Amino acid sequence: MKFGILVNEGPYTHQASDSAYQFVKAALAKGHTIDRVFFYHDGVNNGTRFATPPQDDRNLVNLWGGLAKEHNIDMVVCVAAAQRRGICDADEAKRHGKDGNNLADGFRISGLGQLIELGIQSDRLVVFGD
Amino acid sequence: MALLHTINKSPFERNALESCMRLALEGSGILLIEDGVYGAVKGTAKSDLVAKAKSKIAIYALGPDLDARGISKNNLIDGVKVVDYGGFVDLVAEHSATQAWL
Amino acid sequence: MSDEGGTIKKFMYVNRKAPYGTIYALESLEVVLIGAAFDQDVSLAFVDDGVFQLVKGQNTKGIGMKNFSPTFNALGDYDVNKIYVEKESLAARGLSVDDLLPLKYEDEDEDWAEKDSIRVVSSAELAELLDQQDVVFSF
Repeated sequence: MKFGILVNEGPYTHQASDSAYQFVKAALAKGHTIDRVFFYHDGVNNGTRFATPPQDDRNLVNLWGGLAKEHNIDMVVCVAAAQRRGICDADEAKRHGKDGNNLADGFRISGLGQLIELGIQSDRLVVFGD
Repeated sequence: MALLHTINKSPFERNALESCMRLALEGSGILLIEDGVYGAVKGTAKSDLVAKAKSKIAIYALGPDLDARGISKNNLIDGVKVVDYGGFVDLVAEHSATQAWL
Repeated sequence: MSDEGGTIKKFMYVNRKAPYGTIYALESLEVVLIGAAFDQDVSLAFVDDGVFQLVKGQNTKGIGMKNFSPTFNALGDYDVNKIYVEKESLAARGLSVDDLLPLKYEDEDEDWAEKDSIRVVSSAELAELLDQQDVVFSF
């Protein structure tokens, strides 16, 4: 089956991102495909390159980035939510005159249309949030 | 096929479990995850919510979330089935759609 | 109605949170508006505190936030006209349909007659509607 995943919360403050990550790992282990993981609301904060969590705990940004690379999963950070919360890639930074960019490896920034498409194309959409 | 409902908040904190019970059809499934697993514990002021519904709705609790919170499987309401993340995936696949009660 | 070989799924957007205290109400509406372009079978459901999003007379000047409630009025033009509000949630909050924004749409099947988009439904009716959905969005 093709699963679509929507993550509505950022790392650490809510368990949503962890739950979504564990779900995705389990789905892949069972031979399912992950069509896309879409990060909305504070979920965009899962995609910041500058997170430096304590060394004795999991690094969610890296975990997601690693999973994306290993299994070729499309991980999309919503552009509108990202703009509000200060997550940008090099293109967005240039477009809005920012002096830096922080999108982490494995993620790309795109529009809400990608979420709607995910609902249409996947067999099941699972939402993780507050 | 019926819906799978996921509930991630404690019934003492939010009304998600209560509202879900009002809006879940007979034959659907409810999976308690994250803080939602507190809804599976027997002998609490909220236990009736789940106990009353289980003849019509299948109730599941995510094992890793129970373990994390130190909730013993012997302390669960009768009839609640414990699943792991693999079981969570299976439940999503077996139901027609999943509704997250956030 | 949709592109060739296009799937039409039943999408329901479930709203259970009040406006302004958190961003979920606003950002959920943004998804609905973008989603309108994809020609799916869209409905919105307002349950629990979600019904507060539709209350008329919102004035946000004092809190310095944008009043996004007028955007609900545009939904009819986007062909989003199945707006279900749970009767029990309204009653528990001392509200009636008269307290809500008068959302309208023009029914092309009935000579563009103006109709109400808000349909107040019982829990039992809403449970049936939810069960029929292919995709349920929660925020």
